[in-house]
Amino acid sequence: MGIALSVLRRFHGGVHPPENKAISAGAAIEVMPLAKRLFVPLHQHFGAPCEAVVQTGEKVLKGQILGQPQGFVSSPVHAPTSGTVVSLEEFPVHHPSGLPMLCAILEPDGEDRWLPGLKGLEDPEKAEPAAIRRLIQDAGIVGLGGATFPSFIKMSPPKGKVAELLLINGVECEPYLTCDARLMEERAGGIVEGIRIMLRALQTGECVIGIEDNKPAAVKAMEVAAKADGGRIRVVRLPVMYPQGSEKQLIEVVTGRQVPSGGLPVDVGVIVHNVGTALAIRDAVREGKPLISRVVTVSGRGIQRPANLEVRIGTPVQDLVDHCGGLKPGVVKLVSGGPMMGVAIHTTRAPVVKGTSGILALLAEEVPASREQGCIRCGHCLQACPMSLMPNEMAWLARHELLDKLAEHDLFDCIECGSCSYVCPASIPLVQYFRFGKFAIRNRDQEKKKQEISRARTLAKEARVAREQEEKERKKAEMKAGMAAKKKAQVEQVPDPSAVPSVSATAPAGEAKSASVAAVPGGDDKAERAARAAKSAAAAKAAKAAKAARQAKDAE
Amino acid sequence: MNQEKWVVGTSPHVHSGDSVPQVMQTVIWALMPAAVLSVLVFGWAALLVMIVTTLSAVLTEEVVTRMRGRSSAIGDRSAALTGLLLAMTLPPHTPWWVCVVGGAFAILIGKHLYGGLGHNPFNPALISRVFLLISFPVEMTYWPHPTPLFGDSGLSLSQAFGVIFGGHYPPGMLVDAITGATPLGQYRIEVGLGKSVQEALGGSYGFDYFKATGGMIGGSLGETSAVLLLLGGFYMMYRRLFTWHVPVSMLVGCLAPATIFYLVNPDHYPDPFFHLVTGGLILGAFFMATDMVTSPVTARGQLIFGACCGLLTYIIRTWGGYPEGVSFAIVIMNSAVPLIDQFTRPTVYGKAKNSKK
Amino acid sequence: MIEAVLSVSGLALVAGLGLGFAARKFQIEANPIVDKLEQSLPSANCGNCGFPGCRPYADAMASGGAPINLCPPGGKATMEALAAILGVSPVAMEEEEGPKVAFVVEENCIGCTACIKACPVDAIIGANKQSHTVVTDICIGCKACVEPCPVDCIEMRLVPKTLYSWSWAKPGGEHATLH
Repeated sequence: MGIALSVLRRFHGGVHPPENKAISAGAAIEVMPLAKRLFVPLHQHFGAPCEAVVQTGEKVLKGQILGQPQGFVSSPVHAPTSGTVVSLEEFPVHHPSGLPMLCAILEPDGEDRWLPGLKGLEDPEKAEPAAIRRLIQDAGIVGLGGATFPSFIKMSPPKGKVAELLLINGVECEPYLTCDARLMEERAGGIVEGIRIMLRALQTGECVIGIEDNKPAAVKAMEVAAKADGGRIRVVRLPVMYPQGSEKQLIEVVTGRQVPSGGLPVDVGVIVHNVGTALAIRDAVREGKPLISRVVTVSGRGIQRPANLEVRIGTPVQDLVDHCGGLKPGVVKLVSGGPMMGVAIHTTRAPVVKGTSGILALLAEEVPASREQGCIRCGHCLQACPMSLMPNEMAWLARHELLDKLAEHDLFDCIECGSCSYVCPASIPLVQYFRFGKFAIRNRDQEKKKQEISRARTLAKEARVAREQEEKERKKAEMKAGMAAKKKAQVEQVPDPSAVPSVSATAPAGEAKSASVAAVPGGDDKAERAARAAKSAAAAKAAKAAKAARQAKDAE
Repeated sequence: MNQEKWVVGTSPHVHSGDSVPQVMQTVIWALMPAAVLSVLVFGWAALLVMIVTTLSAVLTEEVVTRMRGRSSAIGDRSAALTGLLLAMTLPPHTPWWVCVVGGAFAILIGKHLYGGLGHNPFNPALISRVFLLISFPVEMTYWPHPTPLFGDSGLSLSQAFGVIFGGHYPPGMLVDAITGATPLGQYRIEVGLGKSVQEALGGSYGFDYFKATGGMIGGSLGETSAVLLLLGGFYMMYRRLFTWHVPVSMLVGCLAPATIFYLVNPDHYPDPFFHLVTGGLILGAFFMATDMVTSPVTARGQLIFGACCGLLTYIIRTWGGYPEGVSFAIVIMNSAVPLIDQFTRPTVYGKAKNSKK
Repeated sequence: MIEAVLSVSGLALVAGLGLGFAARKFQIEANPIVDKLEQSLPSANCGNCGFPGCRPYADAMASGGAPINLCPPGGKATMEALAAILGVSPVAMEEEEGPKVAFVVEENCIGCTACIKACPVDAIIGANKQSHTVVTDICIGCKACVEPCPVDCIEMRLVPKTLYSWSWAKPGGEHATLH
């Protein structure tokens, strides 16, 4: 049989935050009407940002590429509807910094017209894996669980590695979020279709869908759909525990194997995809449709009408909030994603992107604020850490910026799940300490690299200057010798009519420029250019004079 | 849309709601049944000892935090807990000045000298008890018989005031008549004189397991009821303040050698149950060794720490210079905690040698 | 009495001779700390510190004269490295607004290549009589190009803060100031 265990393992640590799924679990997925304006960021995935391939004022069709991927780990961005690109500008997005990102701002024409020629594979289950992967890549599909890693890369195991098990992640361990649960309940058939395509692309026959047992309806629906497929796909119920939906933890629970530190799931023969991704892959491969919408849970005790919405990428958060009846009074925090790993929203103008799984409006009672106190060494963070790290020591090291030690203490194995911060009685922002530490180490290394490059460039320049100098000297000497010989020859004939201009003599730069530009022969705009050159020469002269005057003044 | 004023903290955005004061308060609640019982068993004097010690600790905390330019830390209740824990290790008739010195020492020397809560290497209550035991051996080994609060033989409230604050007993009350050795002390003295365990504890001393389990024996305030202390310990484990590792390994560390020696020579070594219900083993295992600040954070480290605490306790009780060794054992092991933590680091996910298949 | 005096004197003599011998035998010509300091500097020899180059600056620091915060191209990281080598506490950099890089105001540039010649890391591109441009990623912000420009068209501008250059801040808790 395959590598999935019949008896589940337990991963170390974990926490049990209040689930709060009931708020939106009952709301069926509704399709949100098209927004007045869409703000499509050109970097919605893990990897390199896209480059814009449309211009301001250009008319685009639904599914047309707006941003072309740069490099291998990247993913294209498509127009979510047909309309006009009114602007390409920096616009607020969901990012912890609150800084803006380059977005294509699209004004829909209301026709919602597809780009002609988009089409999928007739019979994907007989298609070449490479063809499937190509469609997934072109459709801009990324991990919809929130990590937004380009899916086609996961679908192509590196040489020498075999994908034995396709693990479909329906865990949705983050509190509040219900979008995956609703997808499984309502579109189980589509998910299974997507799974079949992925099994074909991965050339494997084993598939497990992991679902936490607080979603009985989803389990039921998936079981029915899996049975209809015939035995290949197994649905397993998992006991509720955060962060079970984390790739590494889920793999350990289902297979008993641990992904090696710094490695990939495929190193232990597993490929993990989210249920939403499976559905997106189905649409891409069957119908050739790029990823232009996703299901978003709008929840929290501060929203009037909790919902699960199918939203076009680029729709501003404010539109979602308005569609759900607005905010209740007393909302202090808006979160994009789940409450454990999501990003606090700076402004509701920021748009929904591929990785947005939820928009949570949280009241003060849901997000208790407390001041950081000293560590009392209770060890609860160690008990909670799913990676078996020592968060208490790491935080101490980060606070004192002992970066080398910090890296030694396995900082880069931290998955930032937030379990340690969640349980800490002293309210120490452990995760932020670790993020700070990771960035500090990265910055330091970059700085070092930059310095090395500068050093190398300095040395190269010095060498070049020396070489050029040598060259010059040599040429000068040669010329002198040549001239002397010539003179000798000339002296015997005619006296020299004019002095040979000295090599070292240089005309003032400004005049030289004007002279050279003025001397440009022919051309329709000759006069204009001459005028401009004269002007620039005058300006340069004036600036130079000013500088000389200033220097004289300084000298006084 | 104009200025939006959202809170934009870092994730996670939710919190368990646990806090330091809550942790401390839970321990105080867990200690309450045993504290109440000790007042019932030893009378008003016990209550006065608790109040004076706790007040001393809390006032010292307030003064020291002010001197250090910090905001008041009384609210976190750790000082109150330290005072109460210290009181539980004191004899029922401890003079007021010993209580005051003890409470102040625990907070000032035991905690703030090292940098305050979270930085002290030793359990403040225990380091203070050790200090008092060495400095004032007479006052600290003065063990009155249980004199129930609502009994005829006990002291009245005003008499208790006289004992604690004046150091004088009511006329007609003979000091020798109301005090005696603790079971552990009795065992060490008499067995040291060549008697067997049965002779030492039986006969006129009349050691009774039932009374000992219920707490009706001489000793410190907290050396009384094994049952109620266990109850408090289980409550704290239920509230997830600590795991089973430290208390269980400490009990095993002490009782396993006790069992072996008892089986080898029951005349010379008392049975393990005696070790369990007398002295401060349970108080130590559940309330002292589990102190978060001064015990290891890793599960394996906690097992080593607890087992060593238990073993040292047994060694001191059986062969050491003092009849009771719990506080010494824990304080000694406290000093080894940083080392234990370093050598018992957990294996990080994905870094086990056999993780790659 | 006399034995004690003699033996102590003898010991002192032996130790003194040993030390003298060791001092000669293991003598190190250069001050090793200067090398270490120079290694930590960007070695652009830009002269921003007021010394003729990185080596002279390192010399000046090693002999105790110069402060450690004079190297703008190195920035805070270099200052901290210097502090660690010299065993002194870090001091604030003079520029607190953030790192700056050179920027050529192209409409004023006359293409004289003076700045190109001045740049220690070849971060300015452009040919004779054509407007020049600074490659921001390579520029170390040493300002060596500012002075040579005959028309003052080079400005030092703050490196723009973007999503990609942004970093998580250290949490400012109670303990941030402790220890």
